[in-house]
Amino acid sequence: MSRALRIGAAFAAALVLTLTLGTLGAVLWRAESFARLGAADWSALRFTLTQAAVSAALSVLLAIPAARALARRRFPGRALLITLLGAPFILPVIVAVMGILAVFGRSGLLNDGLAALGFDRISIYGFAGVVLAHVFFNLPLAVRLLLQGWLDIPAERFRLAAALGFGPGDIARHLEYPMLRARAPGVLVTIFLICLTSFAVALTLGGGPKATTVELAIYQSFRYDFDLGRAAMLAAIQLALCATAALLAARFTLPSGFGSGLDRPVARWDANGPLLRAQDIAVLTLTSLFLLMPLLAVVTAGLPRIGGLPAPVWQAALRSLAVAGASTLAAIVLALPLALASAARPGRRGLETIGMLPLATSSLVTGTGLFLLLRPFANPGDIALAVTVAVNAAMALPFCLRALLPAARELEADYGHLAQSLDLTGLARLKLLIVPRLRRPLGFAAGLTAALSMGDLGVIALFADDDSATLPLQLYRLMGAYRMQDAAGAAVLLLALSLALFWTLDRGGRADA
Amino acid sequence: MLELLDITITQDTFRLAADFRVEKGARVAVIGPSGAGKSTLLSVIAGFFPAESGRILWDGNDITATPPGKRPLSILFQDQNLFPHLTVAQNVGLGLRPDLRLSPADYEAVTRALTRTGLQGIEGRKPATLSGGQQSRVALARALLRARPLMLLDEPFAALGPALKAEMLDLVAEIADETGATVLMVSHDPEDASRFAPETILVAEGVAHPPRPTAALLDNPPPVLAAYLGQ
Repeated sequence: MSRALRIGAAFAAALVLTLTLGTLGAVLWRAESFARLGAADWSALRFTLTQAAVSAALSVLLAIPAARALARRRFPGRALLITLLGAPFILPVIVAVMGILAVFGRSGLLNDGLAALGFDRISIYGFAGVVLAHVFFNLPLAVRLLLQGWLDIPAERFRLAAALGFGPGDIARHLEYPMLRARAPGVLVTIFLICLTSFAVALTLGGGPKATTVELAIYQSFRYDFDLGRAAMLAAIQLALCATAALLAARFTLPSGFGSGLDRPVARWDANGPLLRAQDIAVLTLTSLFLLMPLLAVVTAGLPRIGGLPAPVWQAALRSLAVAGASTLAAIVLALPLALASAARPGRRGLETIGMLPLATSSLVTGTGLFLLLRPFANPGDIALAVTVAVNAAMALPFCLRALLPAARELEADYGHLAQSLDLTGLARLKLLIVPRLRRPLGFAAGLTAALSMGDLGVIALFADDDSATLPLQLYRLMGAYRMQDAAGAAVLLLALSLALFWTLDRGGRADA
Repeated sequence: MLELLDITITQDTFRLAADFRVEKGARVAVIGPSGAGKSTLLSVIAGFFPAESGRILWDGNDITATPPGKRPLSILFQDQNLFPHLTVAQNVGLGLRPDLRLSPADYEAVTRALTRTGLQGIEGRKPATLSGGQQSRVALARALLRARPLMLLDEPFAALGPALKAEMLDLVAEIADETGATVLMVSHDPEDASRFAPETILVAEGVAHPPRPTAALLDNPPPVLAAYLGQ
C-alpha cells in the first residue's frame, strides 16, 4: 500500500470517527443524568419503538404475497416493476409524503371518495400516517429482499417438487416457508432500524404529544426550546436504540445495490391454477397502485406549477444542487481510499467497520454533536450548509463502500501484483488503473450519494435559517404555510433533480465501459 | 548473478528453504510437485511475498527490501498480464513509463517491440480482442521494453496449446539471448525444462535445490522427482 493511500485512508477514518463517535462524545458529555427523563420523553421512546415495529411487520407481511407473485409469474413490464421497486431508495422522503397526502390526506383522493359515499373524512396525521409512509418506503425494499430469497431457492428444487407432484400448499411448506423463516427476520430488523432513524416522515406526518419520535423530540428541544441538555439526552437514547438495532441487524445480511439479477426466470409447474393466478394479479396490481398513485398524484398536481415557482424555491434548488455536489465529492473522497486500503489488506476489517459506523448513527445525533462542538466557533446558521454536506457524506459512506469494496477487492486480486511489478503507483495508478476499472461502482456510488443528499431533510432542519434552506426544507416550509400548489411544484422539481442526478452520474460510470 | 542466501519462507504450515545462486544469463527451469512452492519462490524473488529470513542479492546488491516495481526484474504471471481497459500500445508502453506520458520516440519503441514479438498493426486494440498467443506476445513485448536483467516466468503459457507454447518459449529464449537476461521459468512439464533450460531448480519437500544440469536431473531423478514424473 502506498504512503498516499495510507494517509488518505487514515484521514478518512479519522474524519468518520469524528463525525460519528466524536459527535456522540460531545452529546454524552453534555447530556445530564437520565433521571430527568420526563413523561414526554418516555412517550417519544414508546412511539418510536411501536411505529417502527408495526411498520416493519406490516411491510414484511404485505411483501410476502407480492414477492411470491413476482417470483412465480412472467409478464411484460415485470423487469420495469422490479426496477421501480428500487426507486424509493433515492426518492426524497418529503416528495413521497406529499404524494401520500395527495392520496390519503384530508382532501386527498381517498377522502374525496369516502365523502362522496357519505362517510366521514379520516385523518392520517399521527401514528397511521407515520406507519403508512414507512410502509410506502419499505414495502418495496422488503419485496426485493424476499424476492431474492425466492430466487435463491435452486430451480432444481422446484423441478424435484414438480416431479413429486407437489401442490402449492406442499411447495409453501417444504420450500417457501423454510426460506422465509431464514430470510424474513433479517428483513424485519433492517426495516425496523430504518424506521427508528427516520426523521422527515415523523416531522411531516407525526408531531403532537402522541406521535413524536425520539428524533423529532431532539429536533423540537433543539429548535423550539433550545434545551441542549434534553436534546443531548434524547440523542443518547436514540444512539442506544440504533446501536442495539444495528448489532441485531449486523447478524443478518443487509441489502446492497439495486436488484440486479432479479429477473432470472425460474420454471414453475405448481402455480397455474386460475385461483392462484387471480390472487397474484390482484396482489401485484394493488401493490403497484399503492406505490405509484402517490407519485402520479404529486407529478400531475405539481408539473403545471413548476414555471410559476417563487424565486426562493429556485434559490433553494441551486443551494441543494451545490450541497449534493459537495456531499458527493466528499463521500467519494472518503470512500475510495477506505475501499482501496481495505482491499489491499484482506482479512483486516477495521477500516470497513469504521466506514459502516454511520449506518448505526442518527443524523440528528451527529447534527446535535456537531452543533455542540462548533458552537464556540461559529453561528449555526452560517455553517448549516457545510454541516449538511459533512453529515450527508458520512451517511452515504456505507452505501458507497458497499458499492466500491467488492470491485476494489477484485481489482487488487486481479491486477494488484501486475501494477506493483510495473511500478504503477500514485496518481498514475489512480488515473490508469483505479478510475477506469472502478468507473461503474464509482458512478453508482456518486449517483446514490447525490440523490440522497439532494432529497435529505434531516440535519439541515436543525441548523438552517432563512438564507440557507435547501430545496427539501423549502418544500417543508411551503407545506407548513399551506401553500400546497407551490409545494407540489417544488416536489416535482425536487423529484426531477434527484432522479436526474442519480441517472446522470450512474450513466457516466457506464459510458464506454 | 542472482543469489538467495539462507532464505526461509513460511506461510501457515508451509515452509520452504532456499540457498543457491544463478549465474548471469542462465536459463533455469523451476520444477516440482504442485504445492511444493514453485510460484511462492518466484513471488519472494519478485518481492510480492516477504521471506521470513535470509537475503536476496542481485549482482551483489541486497534487494531483499526493494519494492517489486523497483527490482531489476520483469515477471510474467499465469494470467492477468495485461490491463483489459488499456490498449495494446498502452499496455506495452507501461514498460517504458508507468505514468504513460509517452513521447513519439517511445511509441516507436513500442511498435518495434511489438514487431519483434511478431505483432503488427494491433497497437490500438484492447486485450480482449486478442487470442491467448497474441496476449502472451504483448506481455513479452513489454518485458522486452523494460529490459530488466532478470525475467521470471510463472507459467504464463500454461493455457496455450503445445505447439504455441513451444513457439513462445523459443521467442523468450531469443529475447533473453539478445538482452542477456537471466530467466527463471516455473513449469510442471519436464518437456519445457529440457527444451528451454539447460539448468533446473528442483522444488520439493520444503527445499528449493540449487540449479543442476536439466538432462542429468531428468535422466537420473531423485525419488521425489521420479514419483512426480510418474517413473
